[in-house]
Amino acid sequence: MSFEADERGFFGNFGGRFMPEALVAALDELTVAWQDAMADAQFTSDFEAILRDYANTPSPLYHAERLSEKVGVRVLLKREDLNHTGAHKIRNVLGQAMLTKRMGKTRVIAETGAGQHGVASATAAAYFGLDCTVYMGAVDTRRQALNVARMQLLGAKVIPVDSGSATLKDAINEALRDWVASVDNTAYLFGTAAGPHPFPSMVRDFCRGIGDEARRQSLDQFGALPDAIAACVGGGSNAIGLFTAFLDDDVKIYGFEAGGEGIETGRHAATIGAGDSGVLHGARTYVLQDDDGQTIESHSISAGLDYPGVGPQHSHLAEVGRASYLPVTDAEAMDALALLSRTEGIIPAVESAHALAGALRVAEELKAEKGPTATILVNLSGRGDKDMETAVEWFQLGADEGDDK
Amino acid sequence: MSVASAFEKARGEGRSALVGYLPAGFPDVDGSIDALKVMVDAGCDVIEVGFPYTDPVMDGPTVQAAAQQALEQGVRTTDVLRVVEAVAATGAPTLVMTYWNPVEHYGRASGRNGRSGVDRFAADLASAGGAGLITPDITPDFGQEWIAAADAHDLDKVFLVSPSSTDERIAMTTAACRGFVYATAVMGVTGARASTSDLAGPLVARTKATTDLPVGVGLGVSNGDQAAEIAAYADGVIVGSALVRTLLDAGSDRAAGLAALRALTEDLADGVRRG
Repeated sequence: MSFEADERGFFGNFGGRFMPEALVAALDELTVAWQDAMADAQFTSDFEAILRDYANTPSPLYHAERLSEKVGVRVLLKREDLNHTGAHKIRNVLGQAMLTKRMGKTRVIAETGAGQHGVASATAAAYFGLDCTVYMGAVDTRRQALNVARMQLLGAKVIPVDSGSATLKDAINEALRDWVASVDNTAYLFGTAAGPHPFPSMVRDFCRGIGDEARRQSLDQFGALPDAIAACVGGGSNAIGLFTAFLDDDVKIYGFEAGGEGIETGRHAATIGAGDSGVLHGARTYVLQDDDGQTIESHSISAGLDYPGVGPQHSHLAEVGRASYLPVTDAEAMDALALLSRTEGIIPAVESAHALAGALRVAEELKAEKGPTATILVNLSGRGDKDMETAVEWFQLGADEGDDK
Repeated sequence: MSVASAFEKARGEGRSALVGYLPAGFPDVDGSIDALKVMVDAGCDVIEVGFPYTDPVMDGPTVQAAAQQALEQGVRTTDVLRVVEAVAATGAPTLVMTYWNPVEHYGRASGRNGRSGVDRFAADLASAGGAGLITPDITPDFGQEWIAAADAHDLDKVFLVSPSSTDERIAMTTAACRGFVYATAVMGVTGARASTSDLAGPLVARTKATTDLPVGVGLGVSNGDQAAEIAAYADGVIVGSALVRTLLDAGSDRAAGLAALRALTEDLADGVRRG
């Protein structure tokens, strides 16, 4: 079975390019540039070199022994949190920024939710000497002031977006509006494996090193492929980056969506689990929408998963049954975040904690099925420094714990 | 009257047609009907009813603000159709300008007859007296479902061409259009601009080289003088944000808003007669 998009960008029933005519020429130009680049050995070896020398990949595949002991199966962590800028996102932006240079464009724009993709974009722009503008929902600029400062320090201009719900989806809308007017000299560094063709396939190609490395590392270090792999899914770039190498293997694949306060509350971002097929931001995919096809605002404790759409390849993998997509609530994710912090001394991003929490549920089934030799590989897509305020609030940290009055 | 005959009539009078846009449900559903009737009365030849949508990537701040207000008041797809029905009853050809997802999703909750949302929407639009759709975020190569439904229900299909479109894509687009072809005068989103674009003229010429359909020019037109400039080379002048702005600026004073809307429409209608 092929999991690839056809030449029009369709993964089965999902994907495509539902876009204003004004952007079609730019998307065509990008498609050609990306395909040429991927066929150019110089480009791919340059990409590999910059990832290695600058972004610190391959990231380690780490056997979390204490956690494994606790859950009763072998847990392997793909340490994307150790990449430069602290998440898998750097892979995508370095690839897209290299393409931007290759196309002769001088300016990049990006959208960001929590700020991770914005910081990564600002980093890549600084490295390649590109002018950079980042659109960020006004609500998010307040929630993530530290990341705004990071982007500014890296030389990017951060524009708060007040329209609509003033969050990630509106930042994407505003970036698209900029792009329609600036497409001659500007590349849109899209932050996830969603949007119009070629973005879902292109972003996947730039992120697939996660899975390619993890697959090789599994065989080299442990002599076998894992029984199951797990990643969190917002737009789904880290997940598709992990999954791609394993699609043809006898390996169970799990994507964990943000279940927020619980699907039944309506306050969640479980797009595949609770959404419906529609068109958002240029692709046919699952969308959280009301009876009239208006987008519903998503909710998650994790800004990086707080998106009412999802990459179309995930919709396809869900529809054909190659991957399972399940919700993880805010509470489950925060429990997993605390557990990993205390058993392994690793504070994961709240996004990645969703993957871990889901994996712990799968581990129970695996243990029952295969015993303690069963192995689950979890993509630790980012580190948790950015989430300390969330953790402080959730766990009531930082108060006078030492005071025993 | 059909869109085609409205353009013909204008051509017969030796002028361009005036196409006016306002979102349904702004300032509220009845208010939008009143305002659109004023636009018909003051000289719009063709009406575009905007379909408010949560993620309007082709709209600038003015139209966004109006659509947002309509959505916050809970405007529904059925309200949009009600507005179309009321405006079409004046005899003015009435198109709906809409982003794609609400059309595709129409009536899905009720699951009527297992028909596609697109076909259901086309049927209900036709029975409301609507003339067709203007679709800013789909192109004919990804709009097959709409093209089939429009053909089945005899509705106009207005797709957009852009200064960045290749000649091949312009030909492909105009071949799929019925009613008129919408040429976007600038690379950018909707919104009034101080001066007219120098990209519009060449785009209209390239478009006309592929089709006998009338070509309307939109994006950025805000007054009668600009309308006259565009009317010199285009079959239609499309105005949206500037009309919306009159109502936004008047705030809760509905009468003042309608008076300003009428005055601007008359200025624009005069403009297309000077072009």
